[in-house]
Amino acid sequence: MIWSKYNIFFRLRLTDSLLRGILSMGAVISALVMLLIVIFLILESWSLLGRISPARFFTDTSWHPLEGAYHLMPMLAGTLYASTGALLLAIPLGIASALFIVYYASPRLAKWYKRLVELLAGIPSVVFGFWGLTTLVPLINQIHPPGASLLAAILILALMILPTITLTAYSALMAVPDEFLRNATALGLPRWGMIRGVAFPAARTGIVAGIILATGRAIGETMAVLMVAGNVVQYPDGLFDPIRTLASNIALEMAYAMGDHRAVLFVSGLLLMLMVMMLSGMAGWWGRGHRA
Amino acid sequence: MNPNKPVTAQAISSKEGGFTLGPLQMGPACCDPEPVIEVENLSLRYGDKTALDKVTLDIYRGCITALIGPSGCGKTSFLSAINRLTDLIPNCVIGGHIRVDGQDIHTTESNVQALRQKVGMVFQKPTPFPLSIRRNLSLPLCEYGVTRRSEIDAISEQVLRDVGLWDEVCDRLDTTALALSGGQQQRLCIARALTLRPKILLMDEPCSALDPMASGVVEDLISRLQGHYTIVIVTHNLAQARRIANYAAFFWVKERAAGQLIEFGRCQHIFESPTDPLTAAYINGTRG
Amino acid sequence: MLKTNARRWRHFYLDRLVQIFVYLAVLTVCAVFLWILVDLLRGGFAHLSWNFLIESPRDAGRAGGIGSILVSTMLILLVALGAALPLAWTTAALLAEYVPATSKFGMLVRYSLQVLAGVPSIVFGLFGNAFFSIYLGLGFSILSGGLTLACMLLPILVSTAEAGLRAVPDSYRLSAAALGMTRAATLIRLLLPIAAPALAAGLLLGIGRAVAETAALLFTSGYVDRMPGSLLDSGRALALHIFDLSMNVPGGDVPAYASALVLVAMLLCINIFAMQLVQSWQRRNTILE
Repeated sequence: MIWSKYNIFFRLRLTDSLLRGILSMGAVISALVMLLIVIFLILESWSLLGRISPARFFTDTSWHPLEGAYHLMPMLAGTLYASTGALLLAIPLGIASALFIVYYASPRLAKWYKRLVELLAGIPSVVFGFWGLTTLVPLINQIHPPGASLLAAILILALMILPTITLTAYSALMAVPDEFLRNATALGLPRWGMIRGVAFPAARTGIVAGIILATGRAIGETMAVLMVAGNVVQYPDGLFDPIRTLASNIALEMAYAMGDHRAVLFVSGLLLMLMVMMLSGMAGWWGRGHRA
Repeated sequence: MNPNKPVTAQAISSKEGGFTLGPLQMGPACCDPEPVIEVENLSLRYGDKTALDKVTLDIYRGCITALIGPSGCGKTSFLSAINRLTDLIPNCVIGGHIRVDGQDIHTTESNVQALRQKVGMVFQKPTPFPLSIRRNLSLPLCEYGVTRRSEIDAISEQVLRDVGLWDEVCDRLDTTALALSGGQQQRLCIARALTLRPKILLMDEPCSALDPMASGVVEDLISRLQGHYTIVIVTHNLAQARRIANYAAFFWVKERAAGQLIEFGRCQHIFESPTDPLTAAYINGTRG
Repeated sequence: MLKTNARRWRHFYLDRLVQIFVYLAVLTVCAVFLWILVDLLRGGFAHLSWNFLIESPRDAGRAGGIGSILVSTMLILLVALGAALPLAWTTAALLAEYVPATSKFGMLVRYSLQVLAGVPSIVFGLFGNAFFSIYLGLGFSILSGGLTLACMLLPILVSTAEAGLRAVPDSYRLSAAALGMTRAATLIRLLLPIAAPALAAGLLLGIGRAVAETAALLFTSGYVDRMPGSLLDSGRALALHIFDLSMNVPGGDVPAYASALVLVAMLLCINIFAMQLVQSWQRRNTILE
């Protein structure tokens, strides 16, 4: 009976299982994208990784990929300096912004400010880079030439990751139960005492996860940093020295890289990806550990 | 009707006036009880927790049967077992038999869709879909193959008249159903269940989420449906059960045990001369 | 009376100090935001005209407009959405409606998307270059750029759509099941229309992300600023155009300002629209609760 042509449920049952099949296929493909990326990164870098020891990326004397010198350390250092600097700047500013939205501002002002931060998050990196190049770099140049420097990279990166930190800290603080705060106020704690004693400990997990997320963004950011950092392969001596980061190195040299040079760029891509994966694993571990 | 028999569009859309089902067309009146749902040794388990233990009960055609008892005694589980909504709950295991029109519904070959067409359900909280009123009514019809616009409109008007909602909403069928008041929403949900021309209506505390006025309107509607549909209603409102029901079933749950059927009989009997002391205590408000 | 006077004063000052810091931080952020906007407006507004929007660039972009660039951007966007939307929404529907939250398969898909969300865009660029441009032989083309972007958009589209579907109250699913609707029909006729504003907001966010992207397109869709003839032609996206004008073309600052202004205006509109959608949807959902 069920298979008879006149049974309208025949059509429905078929679509039900058909739909499920289609949905599963979509999900499998989505999951495969990640795998595909890892496979191709490894495949492309294997021509080099298979031949030379990975230690050479850290022990070679210089970055002259055409002559077989693959010293990645200055770039790695550049990435770390720029990200650390940006974080040092963006964390206080971001958390202060979140505090402003949740505790200090009037509801109306808070709404507008939150909008502004969300819009800031929507500004593309190339525009940040362009603005840095045309405004920030000449300014820094007046203080200490050449202008395109670690400092410019830090400032631009801080601006770019600030919305991430603000918005995650905001949602973490909003999730703190009201009773906690009411109790704290009832105890006569001043506002800062309440925030430090009650709100921060309760929202710590979310805030730290947001900071880890922002770190990932800072490490991977390419274009904006490329435009303002000066791109000299060196260990910077100070804030005003130009640097080159791993990501911008890929963008700069990929256009003409061949053979081993190309492979080493894929290696640095793989390295970036590993760093980001480690960070997201850390964020997940942190989140689980503190919820339990 | 055989649950395995395919429902055709024609079965739903026969053109009769008045109630979506003719008065007492379904069989004899309550004075001459003929079981339409036979429940035999029904046990129900969520994972390790047993919610219902060996319930045996007949629901009579054309009558209103009220299920009463304290919270957590398995009334709602009993109700959802009848139209197999329990299928949606993971870990839910059912033992025993439920026969609707003589057909066991919990067998692999029985057709869930056909069952749910025949057994409509109304929930405690009014749940109109956040779509237009017209769409709320046409959605289930499309599902059962009624696609002609004129036919859908005719059925919609008929069910809205049946629940007394037509005069209130006929000029705003295309506005969102969420704009209706709580009582109107609940009547719309009843109308939506009626579009499929069910024989049986299951109602899970249909009045408890409404204000007293709206509750009265819905209650009147339910008693008007008596005789046209077989109705099983869960209610915590004993006065309401007494006013509208023909039969009453009293469920009880002992501590850390499963829900049980204590007593079943004519409403008058249950309320005025219950045999079981537990029932008497519950009715008089000394227990539960 | 537990505290001494001095300590109370210290607490008072600390409270004040923090407040001052918070207000200063907020002022700084606002000022910088305004600074960027004003800078862009001052630098590019005079150069903006209807002709600028429709003409093709000449002399490496110093003269002419951004007509062909806008067309390429749109084409890349269309390819990306065309590939990513079906995949993302089917994945989201599966995760939200069909797979229990604790299932292995669901966790795997979710985890891989979560990692994908964190992958830097330059790595997507590398992958796109190796896979789409070279391995699949699409070369530097709008198609390979669009597909690379599609990979990048997947996580954000999936997560917004899944959240949207999960926000639909369960009572609707129960009512639909009680009416004998199949799961497929419930999903297509009921849940998707209800969650449509959330899906649309996610779509807008995805569009914003795609239009803003530069690094992933650098080695996939290429640099050519001519009007593209087909999807297999190379086409320069607007963000890439800004990059090229400011870095590689001396004297390209003014058109770069104007292009940046166009890009930012586009993104602000998209984001504001998405925010409105989300807000009105949330308001409706709170009424439902």
